[in-house]
Amino acid sequence: MSLYSSVLELIGHTPMVDASALSPNPSVRICVKLEGQNPGGSVKDRVALWMVEQAEKEGLLVPGSVLLEPSSGNTGIGLALVARVKGYRLKVVLPTNVSPERRQALEMWGAQIIESPGSEGSNGAVRLAMKLHAEHPEWVFLYQYANHANPLAHYEGTGPEIWQDCPEVTHFVAGLGTSGTLLGVGRFLKEQNPAVQVWAVEPPAGELVDGLRSLDDGYIPPIFQDLAGADLLDRKTIIGPRESIEWTRRLAEIGVFAGISSGSALAGAARCAQVIESGVVVTVAADGGWKYLSTGAWTDDIDDVVERARRIIYF
Amino acid sequence: MSVEVRLPTVLRPHAAGQTVVEAEGATIGEVLESLVRSYPGMSGQVLTDDGSLHRFVNVYVNDDDVRYLDQLQTKVQPGDTVSILPAVAGG
Ligand SMILES: Cc1ncc(COP(=O)(O)O)c(C=O)c1O
Repeated sequence: MSLYSSVLELIGHTPMVDASALSPNPSVRICVKLEGQNPGGSVKDRVALWMVEQAEKEGLLVPGSVLLEPSSGNTGIGLALVARVKGYRLKVVLPTNVSPERRQALEMWGAQIIESPGSEGSNGAVRLAMKLHAEHPEWVFLYQYANHANPLAHYEGTGPEIWQDCPEVTHFVAGLGTSGTLLGVGRFLKEQNPAVQVWAVEPPAGELVDGLRSLDDGYIPPIFQDLAGADLLDRKTIIGPRESIEWTRRLAEIGVFAGISSGSALAGAARCAQVIESGVVVTVAADGGWKYLSTGAWTDDIDDVVERARRIIYF
Repeated sequence: MSVEVRLPTVLRPHAAGQTVVEAEGATIGEVLESLVRSYPGMSGQVLTDDGSLHRFVNVYVNDDDVRYLDQLQTKVQPGDTVSILPAVAGG
């Protein structure tokens, strides 16, 4: 089928490409699922659609509703797309230190941006959104960090698609933000084959956040607690900006134009390939490269790009 | 045996503003106990009163989160880098 009645029907069913040319171990295949192919440009279109349709089913969302969401960009962009098509209004709490393309995409689809301090990272956006929601209980707060429709989008969508395209998978490696991707895909794959290993890759986000007063201001996504994420994950590794950008460039060498967190995920997949004897590592490129062109990620001197990447949120 | 420990911004005031300090031990548990002995201001911040890892603290050996290795029993080798980071919202 190639004629669709709504752009929302284009969400999901993304392709997977063999990236074994980048594997450091000839006995390990690496396959990448290209989430940048979604109509809003990222994996978060799935989450946005699942959360909105769940809220519609529960009667929380009605014509004319206003949505409120903290997001470093992609969930906001996905929600902006879904809200535009379905006729809702959207306010996104966005840290100031995201790429200008993320802001523009939000504005293109009519979202209103409420800025939170860059020095507080995504933590600050979550905190401000909670405060605004307390002041405006009439705004519908889907709250991706606590909404079970977030991992469910991956349990019902991303996971089964991976299993269908690559049942040989032995390891699943993905970025950790809200943890929705890892919880949903990880659980689905382990149910099909308990031997599948699940690896999380994270940016050194706690390094960026210097607005933290004490460790008691820390944050663990409620979905990660509720769904026992710590028991599901087999390993969690930090990948810094330099390695992420190097791998984003390697992806481009095999023709894959993906965002900086995809470079982090590939770097994690490569580390995994290095320590196992043989296997098939599946990873996720969470978005396309378009929103990062302003960082000069592919063209500028790597030291300059790394410095710039340290100052923005690319997850 | 001594290893380098990288401190997050929020713990640096307890170590006279240093970013990297030295600590002793063959396991992560020993390293963190030695850290708290040298910088008592960190007690309660890194390890809780019952000696377990504070829930909003992530500790890494060469970038691997010790919660998914052998937790506080995770071994460290000379030359390893231990990093402490606060758990914050990602994404
Ligand atoms: C570009 C990018 N990569 C990775 C992630 C992490 O995905 P998740 O929130 O499912 O953990 C996100 C979102 O948080 C993202 O926007």
